Amino acid sequence: MKGFAAGFGCLAALTLPACSSVQSALAPEGDTARAILKLFLLFVAVCTAVFVIVMAFLLIAIVRRRAAAVDPVLRPDPIEERRMAWVIGGGVAATVIILTVFTLASFLTNKTFAEPRPHGLIIKVTGHQWWWQVNYESHDASQTFETANEVHIPVGQPVKLDFESPDVIHSFWVPNLAGKQDLIPGRYTTLTVKADKPGIYRGQCAEYCGIQHAHMAMYVVAQNQNEFERWRAQQLKSASAPSNADLWHGQQVFQSSACAMCHTISGTNAGGQVGPDLTHFGSRMTIAAGTARNSMGNLTGWIVDPERMKPYTRMPAVALTGPDLIAVSHYLESLK
Amino acid sequence: MSVIAEPLRDTDLGEPELEARLVDIWKTPRGFFGWLSSVDHKQIALRYIVTAFFFMGLAGLGAVLMRLQLATPDAHVLGPDRYDQIFTMHGSTMMFLFAVPIMEAFAVYLVPLMIGTRNVAFPRLNAFGFWLYLFGGLFLWCCFFSNNGPDVGWFSYTPLSLTQYNVGHRADFWAQMITYTEVSGLAVAVEIIVTTFKMRAPGMSLDRIPIFVWGSLVTAFMILFAMPAVMVCSTMLILDREVNTHFFDVALGGDNLLFQHLFWFFGHPEVYFIFLPATAFVSSIIPTFARRPMFGQAAVVLSLIATAFFSFGLWVHHMFVTGLPRLGESFFTASSMAIAVPSGIQIFCWIATLWSGRPVFRTPLLFVLGFIFNFVIGGLTGVMVASVPIDTQVHDTYFVVAHFHYVLIGGSVFPLIAAVYYWFPKVSGRMLSETLGRWNFWIAFFGFNVAFFPMHILGLEGMPRRIYTYSADMPWGTLNFISTLGAIIFAFSFLLLLWNMIRSGLWGKAAGPNPWDGDTLEWATPSPPPPQNFTRIPVVTGPAPMWENREALPAIAGMSVGKREILVSTLTEAEPDVRETSPDPSIWPLFAAIAVGITFLWSIYTPWAIIYGAVPIAVTLTGWFWPKSTREDES
Repeated sequence: MKGFAAGFGCLAALTLPACSSVQSALAPEGDTARAILKLFLLFVAVCTAVFVIVMAFLLIAIVRRRAAAVDPVLRPDPIEERRMAWVIGGGVAATVIILTVFTLASFLTNKTFAEPRPHGLIIKVTGHQWWWQVNYESHDASQTFETANEVHIPVGQPVKLDFESPDVIHSFWVPNLAGKQDLIPGRYTTLTVKADKPGIYRGQCAEYCGIQHAHMAMYVVAQNQNEFERWRAQQLKSASAPSNADLWHGQQVFQSSACAMCHTISGTNAGGQVGPDLTHFGSRMTIAAGTARNSMGNLTGWIVDPERMKPYTRMPAVALTGPDLIAVSHYLESLK
Repeated sequence: MSVIAEPLRDTDLGEPELEARLVDIWKTPRGFFGWLSSVDHKQIALRYIVTAFFFMGLAGLGAVLMRLQLATPDAHVLGPDRYDQIFTMHGSTMMFLFAVPIMEAFAVYLVPLMIGTRNVAFPRLNAFGFWLYLFGGLFLWCCFFSNNGPDVGWFSYTPLSLTQYNVGHRADFWAQMITYTEVSGLAVAVEIIVTTFKMRAPGMSLDRIPIFVWGSLVTAFMILFAMPAVMVCSTMLILDREVNTHFFDVALGGDNLLFQHLFWFFGHPEVYFIFLPATAFVSSIIPTFARRPMFGQAAVVLSLIATAFFSFGLWVHHMFVTGLPRLGESFFTASSMAIAVPSGIQIFCWIATLWSGRPVFRTPLLFVLGFIFNFVIGGLTGVMVASVPIDTQVHDTYFVVAHFHYVLIGGSVFPLIAAVYYWFPKVSGRMLSETLGRWNFWIAFFGFNVAFFPMHILGLEGMPRRIYTYSADMPWGTLNFISTLGAIIFAFSFLLLLWNMIRSGLWGKAAGPNPWDGDTLEWATPSPPPPQNFTRIPVVTGPAPMWENREALPAIAGMSVGKREILVSTLTEAEPDVRETSPDPSIWPLFAAIAVGITFLWSIYTPWAIIYGAVPIAVTLTGWFWPKSTREDES
């Protein structure tokens, strides 16, 4: 089985020189994804064998030598017919056995995910057209915080994701860790994920959710416990105060322009609830739900003309003067 | 001399005069209005087939555009809005305007010929159904060309398709197109059932019904039970959009999974009413080219019926990631796996027939062999997606796109093209070119596999469906590019088919009544068949009438020749029962279809249209059913 898995991986690698594990069901880094790949490879092995056998029969059926034609239409020979009926009966029996094994194997695999698992962290993930809101929950209100398009988890611990969607149906899918789970308005859905080793795993919305469905990605960042705790402590803080005049100017622009209507930056007057929380914007890897790397250039471009990067996005273009634009971008990038 | 003259019977006439009189009574009237008022099942079926292929061409061009957009990362061939409209139009057209209608159209053409009768039951309903289908399809494509095509996918899930997220009328157009085409689909289903049950030639007892007719019959029953679900679903959607009924509005107690249940309760059987007729084509073609009767005919027919039953019990496998209870999902895994058994039986019987026969490799058989290859792949990946855990990874990815194109193109379009090559001589009187046919097959087979096989790997590598572009950072470029090349090659094979049909239709070799030495009754009539199909209604003495009666078919005598008369027979044994009049051509079905069509269209803009539209509909139906002072039918 292991050898076969490796073989299949190589096959995939051959067809694709730059085989990457960024977002792939073939490179599992979590227990669920690993169990599914194992099951899948069992199916592939058996199905390949079935395909080869059926095609071999078909090939022999069309090329085998036969007696010269006598009548325009063949009169089937009852003895041969009975023999074929037995062979077909055997084929049907084999089919039934294979399908029963498949059904049982997938039932048993499925059962392991369905059982409630002990978990530490609970993270609420909310799908919006077209970005992901991420809330770290806790009984202690001072331990909760919000971020967007990036889910940090500690390695080796099952983490429970609770899903919600206020608009349309989305689907949370990080193939390296687990299968997908829909987020359906009016319904509670959940998924438990566990990462085996530190890494950054890309995911993206898998249920067609409107015109920018293609640009609704997110990252799961699996970190060592210490690193994760450091990150969490930082996220719990309010936004850092501007440390120089330029950043202070940027903050003023943010608060006095349309930005603050939609975005929250905790510790400031900006408290909009429509778009992503930007309190620690500078610490994120991407902008516009994984559409572009988080850099000064991309950020200014995004603020000036969001439609260019992500047509029909809900973010409006904000008219800012050149200096204001630079200042607000510097300010946002400083929010580590 | 009695008061009412005894009507003229076919026993009173010699062969040439009988034929002339029957042609005269059954032919479609001349002129443009005559053409519009035709109720001949062959003409109407041909109109369906030509229209369906036309829509397939449009949807196929859409597919090529989508492939060009996806060939390279961050491409700008299509913007997101156009792309979303095109993938919605592609799916909706292929499923509702191409696949289902064309399979039904083949049944409308072939079933009366195969069972030895002169028209379908309810021929005017047949005409009505075609006009409504035509209007529905044209209406949808007109919306698209005016940049108002639906953009919510062929499945139109709520809440995305509700007014809140879909302003304007795009989703209404989708919902109403469903209504048009489903009315026509149900009409054909009723015709096929009644025709098969009550109009078979004497002696064609249930066990002698050709497999293609069985396939059409089973499919017709499936349509009858499955289509109402989608009509309810699309009507509830349009009611939510037009009159705020809140079936799917969560804030007011509606439920979005209800939409999915209703849609897939239809949607899964739909796959099988595209696939079953295709297997029935295969079971008609293989015996002819293997030069022997079908091996395990009864097993194949029972497999068709079993597939039909199972297909109603697996809709939930489209909803494995919606968070339904895991144990319940496992039941649907079991049923989805189980449907592979009847399909397996059919494949084994086809191989056995070829094995013990003496195969003649003509183009129809090549397409059938290509079908078996592709369909086995599609069936096996179908078994994979039936498993809940595997499906949670591959659902809504290109793996599933690959899977269902293997099943729908590999499993249904390949047999369909085989059927075109097989029955074209019957319909046109001319053979399709064998040389072009071979080129057509190999290019289609190669192009199809190059286009769709890489998609399996793309899906596993994380590429979701329905994205209009992807970043160059993702490792999907190479395979997408290969897939696009394959798609262009595959599209080219259809141009070759079109050219073959035009060239051979004009200058092809004359076919004669039975060019392939087929075994079923459609090969007993001239090619193309005369308006009355059969000058004398044949009597069937076995399951392969053309092979059992090589000299001449026995026929019944005593049918009237003064009016359109058909023979009604008993359900199981097909004993002659009643002679009945078949309706004459009429323009009223067209008028009724126009009235109904306008009402449907208008109702998108105001619910009052249903009230206003009832008046012209009532008028046209009255015209349609206006009693004629003819004698009661004789027993």
